[in-house]
Amino acid sequence: MKKASKVVTVLVFVFLYVPMLVLMIGSFNSSSDLVVFKSFTMDNYRALFADGVLLPLLLNSLIISVIASLASTVLGTAATLGIHRMGKRMRRFTMFLTNIPMTNPEIVTGVSLALLFAFAGQLMKIKSILGFWTLLIAHITFNLPYVILSVQPKLTQMDPNLTKAAMDLGCTPVQAFFKVVLHEILPGIISGALMAFTMSLDDFVISYFVYGPNFVTLPVEIYNYTKKPLHPKIYALFTLLFLAILAVMLLMNILQARDTARQRNSRQKARAGQPTV
Amino acid sequence: MKRQFLSGPYLVWMLLFTLIPLAIVVYYAFTDSVTGAFTIRNMASMGAYLPIFLRSIWLAVVSALICLVLGYPVAWCIAQTKPLTQRFLYMLVMLPMCISFLLRTLAWVSLLEDTGIVNRLLGQLGIGPLRLVRNDGAVILGMVYNYLPYMIMPLYTVIMKIDPRLVDAAQDLGCDGGQVFLRVTLPLSVPGIVSGITMVFVPAVSTFYISQKMGGTTSTMIGDVIESQFKTAYNPNLGAALSLVLMILVLVCVAVMNHFTGEDESVATI
Repeated sequence: MKKASKVVTVLVFVFLYVPMLVLMIGSFNSSSDLVVFKSFTMDNYRALFADGVLLPLLLNSLIISVIASLASTVLGTAATLGIHRMGKRMRRFTMFLTNIPMTNPEIVTGVSLALLFAFAGQLMKIKSILGFWTLLIAHITFNLPYVILSVQPKLTQMDPNLTKAAMDLGCTPVQAFFKVVLHEILPGIISGALMAFTMSLDDFVISYFVYGPNFVTLPVEIYNYTKKPLHPKIYALFTLLFLAILAVMLLMNILQARDTARQRNSRQKARAGQPTV
Repeated sequence: MKRQFLSGPYLVWMLLFTLIPLAIVVYYAFTDSVTGAFTIRNMASMGAYLPIFLRSIWLAVVSALICLVLGYPVAWCIAQTKPLTQRFLYMLVMLPMCISFLLRTLAWVSLLEDTGIVNRLLGQLGIGPLRLVRNDGAVILGMVYNYLPYMIMPLYTVIMKIDPRLVDAAQDLGCDGGQVFLRVTLPLSVPGIVSGITMVFVPAVSTFYISQKMGGTTSTMIGDVIESQFKTAYNPNLGAALSLVLMILVLVCVAVMNHFTGEDESVATI
């Protein structure tokens, strides 16, 4: 049985990575057909940097995802701190609200926001309301639950006496928050922010319903492209993005591994009665 | 210390951009597209879309089950390796989710086309060319490919939480490998299975891109119909009615699935 599941695991990884490999090989192919490899070329990369279309779209995507993830991190962290202090009924209602965008199919969220913006556009008598702001609002909305769900466990795990101890030692509540609470929940905040950022960067379905011609993100434009034959410079962009995301993930992994190792060390030292600093 | 007010902006935001939009969906679903008067015509026409709803559910259920069968051994294998290897393999599972699912799906189309790579390899073995794309099977393949990581992640999380001493105890008490799995590991993985199936089913049942690219003319899914009401046919009222039914359908499915675990924590296991 162990052997069988190992075989399945290997096959699944092949299954997951073969299409990506096809795209990467396609980025070095002088034929625009993914299937036929003509000869090795770097032209697709040159074309990617020469034409001024795809990179500005990538920039648009980055702008939206950076602002949306920062905004949802601040708003979501504040909300989590508040939820922590809520009474049972209020907390239930808030978590119900939080779960709506998580459980709803993306297309329903997209459609509902599209209708809201159309309605708001009529009210404000703006002809083309869709664009940067509608995209930003939509992205913040679907990012918020991820931030809350990743900060919340850290906050419930935290020893509430820590805050009291800090205040006994002379901290004001605000100081206690920044010196103790924030420090304790920071890993949750960072992972929430990163999750929000990646969700935003790659979002297609919701963006597709709320984007306007003045502000388009990369996934939406790739969708519009895929109705026609694709230019292989898109494969070049894919390869570069793949390498960038791989690098970021590896870096995060190394940092996390170090963090756990350090925690384990300090715990062992504490047990041995040595100072932890 | 009163900190509740910190949730204020969030609550306002969610009311404005989650609850009110859903109320507008309901409003559109029950009004006429031309006159704006109240009507149940949109909802009454849902019967015509029943076969499409059923096909969407069927394809999504099959995909979720295939994901479970493929994902479980993967999650289990990852959980058996050393901590550092675990991190790395888990990263490899998550990585595809972060990069354009549109392009990755498109790569499958070119792999499976009549003149594609798979058919060429088959051709050299004297088989084919087989019709591998533009049918329901291809849609299922596309869904499994795209949503398999959503299955592996929660499964891995629950398998990691299983106390290894329970497995030892079962072995001490005379269980063989298969019995340990059926009586200890599998029952303890139920929360992960439920959450994995939900996380695959919901995006799969509502997809429109995968069925557009990988499906044939008969593989229309409910997502395709909704998308066309907003993007080409311009009947947002009918689109809203379809979205409303889809939403209720998903909520019922999620509630039924959560019933199996007895608690509503399954969403939080990501």
